[in-house]
Amino acid sequence: MSVRYFVPADTTAIAVGADDVAQALAAALETRGEYGRIVRNGSRGAFWLEPLLEIEQHGRRVGFGPLSAAEVDAIVALPPEAREQHPLFLGDVEALPWFAAQRRLTFARAGLGDPLSLDDYLLRRGFDALERALEMAPEEIVQAIDDSGLRGRGGAAFPAGIKWRTVMDTPAGQKYIVCNADEGDSGTFADRLLLEADPYQLLEGMAIAGLAVGADTGYIYLRSEYPRAREVLRVALAKAEAAGYLGSNLAGSQRSFRIHLRIGAGAYICGEETALLESLEGRRGMVRAKPPLPAHQGLFGRPTLVHNVLTLAAATTVIADGAQAYAALGEGRSRGTLSVQLAGNVRRGGLVEVPFGVTLRQLLEDFGGGTRSGRPLRAVQAGGPLGAYLPESLWDTPLDYEALAAVGGMLGHGGLVLFDDSVDMARQARFAMAFCTEESCGKCTPCRIGAVRGTELLDRVIAREAPHSELALLEELCDTMEQASLCAMGGMTPAPVRSALAHFPEDFA
Amino acid sequence: MSRDDNVLHYYEPQPDLGTPGVAAGEEVTLNIDGSAVSVPAGTSVMRAAALAGSPVPKLCATDSLAAFGSCRVCLVEISGRRGFPASCTTPVEEGMQVRTQSPELVRLRRGVTELYLSEHPLDCESCPSNGDCELQDCARELDIESSRYTAAAPADCGAADTSNPYFTFDPQQCIVCSRCVRACADTQGTFALTILGRGFDSRVGVAGDDFLGSECVSCGACVSVCPTAALVESSVIELGAPRRSVETTCAYCGVGCGLRAELRDEQVVRMVPWKDGRANEGHACVKGRFAYGYATHEDRITTPMIRDSIDEPWREVGWDEALAFTAARFSEIQARHGRNSIGAITSSRCTNEEVYLVQKLVRAGFGNNNVDTCARVCHSPTGYGLKTTLGESAGTQAFASVAQADVIVVMGANPTEAHPVFGSRLKRRLREGAQLIVIDPRRIELVDAPHVQAAFHLALRPGTNVAVLNALAHVIVEENLHDQAFIDARCDSAAFAQWREFIRDPMHSPEALEELSGVSAQTLRGAARLYASAGNAAIYYGLGVTEHSQGSTAVMGIANLAMLTGNLGREGVGVNPLRGQNNVQGSCDMGSFPHELPGYRHLSDTAARSQFEAAWGVSIDPEPGLRIPNMFDAAVDGQFLGLYCQGEDVAQSDPNTEHVEAALASLECLVVQDIFLNETARFAHVFLPGASFLEKDGTFTNAERRISRVRQVMPPLSGKADWEVTRDLANALGCTMDYTHPEQIMAEIAALTPTFAGVNYELLDEYGSLQWPCNEGAPQGTPTMHVEQFVRGQGLFAITDFIPTEERVNRRFPLILTTGRILSQYNVGAQTRRTANTAWHAQDLLEIHAEDAQQRGIADGDWVGIESRVGATVLRAQLSERVRPGVVYTTFHHPVSRANVVTTENSDWATNCPEYKVTAVQVSRVNAPASWRSRQRQSVPRAQTEEVSGDD
Repeated sequence: MSVRYFVPADTTAIAVGADDVAQALAAALETRGEYGRIVRNGSRGAFWLEPLLEIEQHGRRVGFGPLSAAEVDAIVALPPEAREQHPLFLGDVEALPWFAAQRRLTFARAGLGDPLSLDDYLLRRGFDALERALEMAPEEIVQAIDDSGLRGRGGAAFPAGIKWRTVMDTPAGQKYIVCNADEGDSGTFADRLLLEADPYQLLEGMAIAGLAVGADTGYIYLRSEYPRAREVLRVALAKAEAAGYLGSNLAGSQRSFRIHLRIGAGAYICGEETALLESLEGRRGMVRAKPPLPAHQGLFGRPTLVHNVLTLAAATTVIADGAQAYAALGEGRSRGTLSVQLAGNVRRGGLVEVPFGVTLRQLLEDFGGGTRSGRPLRAVQAGGPLGAYLPESLWDTPLDYEALAAVGGMLGHGGLVLFDDSVDMARQARFAMAFCTEESCGKCTPCRIGAVRGTELLDRVIAREAPHSELALLEELCDTMEQASLCAMGGMTPAPVRSALAHFPEDFA
Repeated sequence: MSRDDNVLHYYEPQPDLGTPGVAAGEEVTLNIDGSAVSVPAGTSVMRAAALAGSPVPKLCATDSLAAFGSCRVCLVEISGRRGFPASCTTPVEEGMQVRTQSPELVRLRRGVTELYLSEHPLDCESCPSNGDCELQDCARELDIESSRYTAAAPADCGAADTSNPYFTFDPQQCIVCSRCVRACADTQGTFALTILGRGFDSRVGVAGDDFLGSECVSCGACVSVCPTAALVESSVIELGAPRRSVETTCAYCGVGCGLRAELRDEQVVRMVPWKDGRANEGHACVKGRFAYGYATHEDRITTPMIRDSIDEPWREVGWDEALAFTAARFSEIQARHGRNSIGAITSSRCTNEEVYLVQKLVRAGFGNNNVDTCARVCHSPTGYGLKTTLGESAGTQAFASVAQADVIVVMGANPTEAHPVFGSRLKRRLREGAQLIVIDPRRIELVDAPHVQAAFHLALRPGTNVAVLNALAHVIVEENLHDQAFIDARCDSAAFAQWREFIRDPMHSPEALEELSGVSAQTLRGAARLYASAGNAAIYYGLGVTEHSQGSTAVMGIANLAMLTGNLGREGVGVNPLRGQNNVQGSCDMGSFPHELPGYRHLSDTAARSQFEAAWGVSIDPEPGLRIPNMFDAAVDGQFLGLYCQGEDVAQSDPNTEHVEAALASLECLVVQDIFLNETARFAHVFLPGASFLEKDGTFTNAERRISRVRQVMPPLSGKADWEVTRDLANALGCTMDYTHPEQIMAEIAALTPTFAGVNYELLDEYGSLQWPCNEGAPQGTPTMHVEQFVRGQGLFAITDFIPTEERVNRRFPLILTTGRILSQYNVGAQTRRTANTAWHAQDLLEIHAEDAQQRGIADGDWVGIESRVGATVLRAQLSERVRPGVVYTTFHHPVSRANVVTTENSDWATNCPEYKVTAVQVSRVNAPASWRSRQRQSVPRAQTEEVSGDD
């Protein structure tokens, strides 16, 4: 039985030295004359363990991490029975409480094998959902999505079933599926992780969506900052097409679905679906006014289903396991699982997939293990740079869309960014305005000018130059931006500002 | 006169409902601020509110552009909806309850407006747009004067761009509403403007150093839509805001745009497109909108002048003396040489009423039919060809019809340069997905413009139009793509059967004609199939069709194609001449041909003739008079000695200049009536100062048969409008005319012309304009012709044998010269060269393909001599891929170019329209124009000043 070594070729893992580890591993095996196969797998998403080395031998797969290249040789040198003695020995990674407490559906395959191996994908139920979908009528697929309670994972949490039905019911000769892979929120990485670890799942989800709504063409709009994901997708698209899982004869069904990969140009706003469509059409990435909805008139004026990576990926779970199984998980109107990304000042950062309903505190403490700095956790920003800052008093809120909204928060794309007690919340409030200044498309006035004026106001607040009336003006500005902006960019920028003012007033005194 | 056309209109901006109207359809009723309003489905809440009398403030919205939704001051409350939807982007729904005013809305609108003011200069008092600024209006309505925000530093947007001679872009005043960018793209179709930068750094910009150095065509659409002083006419900065306005009609090309002259006292501050002008619907071009300065140019002659012979200097005299002098000379010539020894040329630049008077003077005063018009040298084949096949001498559609076309053929025309406002309409339709076939020797802009690409470009050899049209028809018949049902129902079947046999002859096949025409058989077949298979296919053509020895044949070939495919008699189809001059259609309609009375009724038509005889109290010669070329021939022969030439510079614009000059020099009395001392005036004995379109009342008729009012904006500089001069000359000749206002002339036209029977000034004022026929059968005019049946009854397929022109290339003259126009200049340039339009086109250039240039050692910018069988001139060369090898091209806007020195006397077989578009030439490199040209000089010295009219 041969030995297999797994070293993730994931962007984050590489950033902390996985390539060096892989290189050291190859060198160690060569010097030792040992036979072993190195698999560059995707990451499991436990970034606090990266670089993670897993060794599979005699049917057992054990991990070491986080390790440095210098430590590789010694680990390789260990006889199998002595591995447990190594200080970085993790045992079966999936048995770690951090993993065991998760409920991985979308990320079930992540990190297990070579992301581009179709055999690996098929081995792990890959394309099961597509095969099933090909047997189903479009109406049945849409009904399953509807029944599953799946909601858009990009942030707006719009019921996917309604969207699919709208596109299905809009008559047109040409429709499109557009995957929004312009993951730009600070502290989020779930899309990238999936794209790098399990790309075929997305392609499968898009094909299913195409069958359901009557689209034969899909586009993936990927942000330019993800060069590895681009490469993985490029190869995955070619291999899937060559194997007949995309193209003019989808899995032998005589039905057609093709996917084009498009790369963004570094604009955060192109994660907003209408700006994304403008950009895909070759225009400046500017937000479109709605109506018309993209489901009616989207890409090139055609009915278009625009979804985040995770939503389209989750469709494969819904179809493969059945709507009931998916809907059985979760809480309230938030069904299924949520892919939380723990980031910022956190001890155990990474991707945590759990059913909706887990409390914020469980995530921050049980999974996250508190701050990396070891100082007391003071605030957490949920839902990206335009999400609210939540103080400890709100950490027992269960994570579902409605419950979080009820306390003024937003789940968004599931990013949680942790801050310890050294944070200056006035500066964080300013950051929200500054971020909006930097990333506004410039179309609507509240966002284009408001963000700049907001930054200036907060500069004076921070410099303690602001009379009290300026805080009132800031409040008015927040109202204007929230209620008058064209899209969520300007509309949500006040959320972090207002939450900082409300929950951390001492930082503005 | 009870009517008062000069009633003072105080300045008011043109109404703006915020978003464009929606075609009438299903009506939706909603409630706005308590009142019910019904609008077509698809209308915005903003427009409905404006119509309901509850206008919503707006800054980025304007009703010439699709809703954009960026300014966020138009928010409203709608029952049952969350938040505050923008009224511009929200369509109405049945039963919707809308509130446009509430304390919450005021608070939000103030919040947004305060943000605008935080980065906008607040020096309204010294701003050129003070009182005409939508941001100012918005702030006033919301009762805010300044912003509480203190900007860290004023945004540095850079200095004002004054490179364009007509307007200024001041980025400090810009509120980044993108109206200008959208107007440039959607209205004009040029895409010269864009937003540079992102977010707060968003700025309006051009590709290039500045506006003048960019793709900008200076149409002024951006200036018209700008809500502030960011883009403003430089004349407004200089002269101040306008105080009153007068609606009138452009006097440049045959599009006939409605314009609004905005004035302070009698000075035009700016000319803006009139939104209710049906030909242009609120758009204009660099000529109509900006190039009106010639009207008050110092070269204007405002005093009558006479001289006994052309080698004497001019003597300024009073009107009475000048007219008495003229009358005496004309009477004396007629006494000596007979009635037919004098004649007149009418002007396509003058009003219908003025043209009518000149032809009346000839027929009733001179007692002959020696009247002709410059249409002779442009669209006379259109009149002949369309009359023969369809029964009416005019285009079949309204311009707006192009919005319904699926396939558009542009043949021998260059609309984006010569008919720019129609060109913009055309491009908009092409961007919406209509397909384009260009038939033109030259790769005109439409072949490959931003977001516009021709499906086929048939780059034919000049002179092979008829061959190409025959090939297209041949394919349609042979491949059975024709509309037999339409032909059976609407056309003369015997003529069709005969024509069908003719066209099926293999000699007309694309394969047989590809070598001759230079267009591949594959392209010809593809184009024929595309045209024939379209739901709606429309043909637009220009002088590249008519100014040929087979101009009339080509027009008939075009009509054949349209009949063959059933593309006549409804919206989106048709046969449409793009006529060149503002009133060339009208001058033809008004009977200024030697064989036709007003309304295209032949002199031999006794009923028509006796109607005029009764009305005028004279007897009219039933024999046709002389055409322009015949007048020149007769002059050289000593039989034609007196000519009254109104508003046309024949010495400059007619072919074979040497011959024309010889003819003019033999006249005993040449009367030139013009606004400038033109080339023809060098041979004149009497100069009668003309009036520009700003100085008189009347009507122009554009290429879509649309009669529009010309309204006096300022008094005539010479004291008399042109119609008054003709009237007074007639009276001096004893032909009594007692009109005191052009309206009376129109009443006479209407009484005597069946197609004009319903036209009067009151109706014109009511509808803005009317398309003839306008009579009992069509009291509001006729946008589309031949709807039920053709005017001639059954459509006539005319046999169109291809006969090659005699003007052929040989070893001595191996290249074909063809001519055209450029956007910024107009015809012989008498007007545009006296404006700042020279910034774009300071001289005419000879376009020559690099291959031909290389063989002759010619580099870009070299002086080259152009020599034809009849003459020679000199121009600078421009190496260009727009022409194919073997073809050279030039414009004729500058008299110094003397392009017509080389054009020959070849002309259309039916109408004598000159073959301007085909001249065999040789081109060679020369050292300097002066010495070279001096050898070519003619015996008569050239005047230093020039002309007004040209060919069309």
